[in-house]
Amino acid sequence: MKVLAALSGGVDSSVAAAMLVAAGDDVTGVHLRLADAEPAAALHGCCGVADAEDARRVAQVLDIPFYVWNFKEVFAGAVVADFVAEYARGRTPNPCVRCNERVKFGALLERALRSGFDAVATGHYALLHPDGGRVRLCRAADRAKDQSYLLARLGQSELSRALFPVGGETKERTREIARSFGLRTASKPDSYEICFVPDGDAGGFVERALGGARPGPILDPSGAALGEHAGIHRFTVGQRRGLGLHGPEPRFVLALDPERGAVVVGPEDLLARSGLEAEEVRWTAGQAPEWIGAVQVRAHGPEIPATLEWTEGDRARVRFARPEGPIAPGQLVAFYAGDEVLGGGLIARGLG
Amino acid sequence: MQTPTSIYLDHAATTPLRDEARAAMLPFLGERFANASSLYASAREARKAIDEARERVAAAVGARPEEVVFTSGGTEADNLAVKGAAWHAREQGRDAVVVSAIEHHAVLDPARWLARQGFRVTEVPVDEHGSVRLEALGRAVDARTALVSVMWANNEVGTIQPVAECARIARSAGALFHSDAVQALPWILVDAAVADLTSLSAHKLGGPKGVGALIVRRGVKIQALMHGGGQERGLRSGTYNVAGIAGFGAAAEATVSRRDTISARVAALRDSLARLLGERITGISVNGHPTERLPNSLSLCIEGVEAESLILLLDAAGIAASSGSACTSGSSELSHVLLAMGVPRRLATGSLRLTPGAGTTVEEIETAAGRIAEAVRTLRR
Repeated sequence: MKVLAALSGGVDSSVAAAMLVAAGDDVTGVHLRLADAEPAAALHGCCGVADAEDARRVAQVLDIPFYVWNFKEVFAGAVVADFVAEYARGRTPNPCVRCNERVKFGALLERALRSGFDAVATGHYALLHPDGGRVRLCRAADRAKDQSYLLARLGQSELSRALFPVGGETKERTREIARSFGLRTASKPDSYEICFVPDGDAGGFVERALGGARPGPILDPSGAALGEHAGIHRFTVGQRRGLGLHGPEPRFVLALDPERGAVVVGPEDLLARSGLEAEEVRWTAGQAPEWIGAVQVRAHGPEIPATLEWTEGDRARVRFARPEGPIAPGQLVAFYAGDEVLGGGLIARGLG
Repeated sequence: MQTPTSIYLDHAATTPLRDEARAAMLPFLGERFANASSLYASAREARKAIDEARERVAAAVGARPEEVVFTSGGTEADNLAVKGAAWHAREQGRDAVVVSAIEHHAVLDPARWLARQGFRVTEVPVDEHGSVRLEALGRAVDARTALVSVMWANNEVGTIQPVAECARIARSAGALFHSDAVQALPWILVDAAVADLTSLSAHKLGGPKGVGALIVRRGVKIQALMHGGGQERGLRSGTYNVAGIAGFGAAAEATVSRRDTISARVAALRDSLARLLGERITGISVNGHPTERLPNSLSLCIEGVEAESLILLLDAAGIAASSGSACTSGSSELSHVLLAMGVPRRLATGSLRLTPGAGTTVEEIETAAGRIAEAVRTLRR
């Protein structure tokens, strides 16, 4: 099989490529250039050039062809602009979800297929089980590393051409495999930040993109003003820190109101929701399932037992077995039946 | 999997080492290791090789031996010319630099760096063939201009620039004229008397990588970038790269002695490649000047094809080609040269540079045309 391995420069994608090479596949490595790297930052191992060099070195050791492909424009438009726009309207985007659906299994997969490849491989921790004419997407063997949530919006046309070779491994085992191939990424630390926000300050990044702070009021649930904030883009539903409020009771962000530019805060128990409504839903099988067992509403978040109340077009309503929170609009909701991913959508709103 | 026979069509990126160059280098990679600046017999042998190479390089461009300043390559020669001339001229009250918009980054980036140091830098536009607009150049040059830099021939599209006219414009304002002749020297006459400063590189004409020269005409004053042992009349300190310089001299002499014959033959190969591709691929256009173009240069835009995918397929088919210059094709940015020529972004994404060389055969051209057409068909499916 002719496989295009997306090499990020990290250990997981390195091992994914190595496992395919060992299995006898015809593998070509591609590193995606997604942003302009600051040369000085690259020296400190933050992003960009240093990762591209690690990716190239892995390809050399595996003795596979290697290319750097420039996806800056598509990434800026489909991921970064979406990230900024979502925060600006008081929602909490997940850029990795967007990148997976629009870049890695969007533009890259399309180009790979056109260039004669049969599949695109990444270092995601998730399992693919062919079942009759379709492919089931399931949680990874290593639940602590499971990334099926981030892939929940992929459909059959993407999953049938995707390979996640490390999905059956533990992280420790992945590092062992990297060492056994002599890959220099073996001991590279995991990255947790958003790749285009290396300093971790998403609020500051959005603010620079928006051209400045957008101050507004902090309100309590009754509408009484408690203080000022620098912009709703700096907050997420459920957030406690950064409000600058003093008082005996801890207060949490309950809602973000883009119309008034307001951050609504209150005690933790007001975060609980009985369910949620989702939009832009994509079902893994191509059509809505009969039932779901649970949902997950943030990366590495807990599984919430839930039932599907209704679906209509690309919208769906979910009822939780018991109230849960926080539910942040804009976040991905992934639908599960046991270990299997049934689909994913964006949270439109939590239900009272 | 069977690997197809490889065909090298990227001579603008680099060329194979000529036998004459290798032979000239080998002694200095072995027993003749002495430092050319030392004072004993073996050092004199090394010094002799350098001085002979200096004569050969000078002869290749019609310069005097003492006008040759050996550098680590074309990039250093360009940096030395642009920064060295600008720094010197600032002391004389001139603080402006004029370059063409299609210069190699080894000229453009030093110029932009000078702009951050307070120099006024003007990038002069080119026409649709990639020729610098002389009237715009004339307007850009004034009494503040320290240096005008226009390349002898462009590395991406091969357009030969009107350097004599550019030099006249520069000198009429009392400015120095520099030309990057790295791509031109292997293929066409380069007369160093035209410019005050001329950049050359060894590896584009069958010499080794890591050696070049800046021709600094007599009486032209620039400042050094490297300070130290005072080699090259103080303009380029650093222990001599004896083997590299010896190889450069041999390659330059051998190239120039047979240049007319080789250029005519390679131009015919290039034209037949263009014809074969034109017959087999629709939506293909040739970039650069129709006549004033380097004989081995074939820059194409292919509609509906992304260069990155095409290069990958051609690589798998054994064809070594570039989407633009070798430096940027590591991750292809849209070519600043094509954009400056007014090529639409949509077309510039599908740029392909094919540069045959002295060793390219008719059979290779025919095979390559077939494989390229096949790759384009695949991508357009």
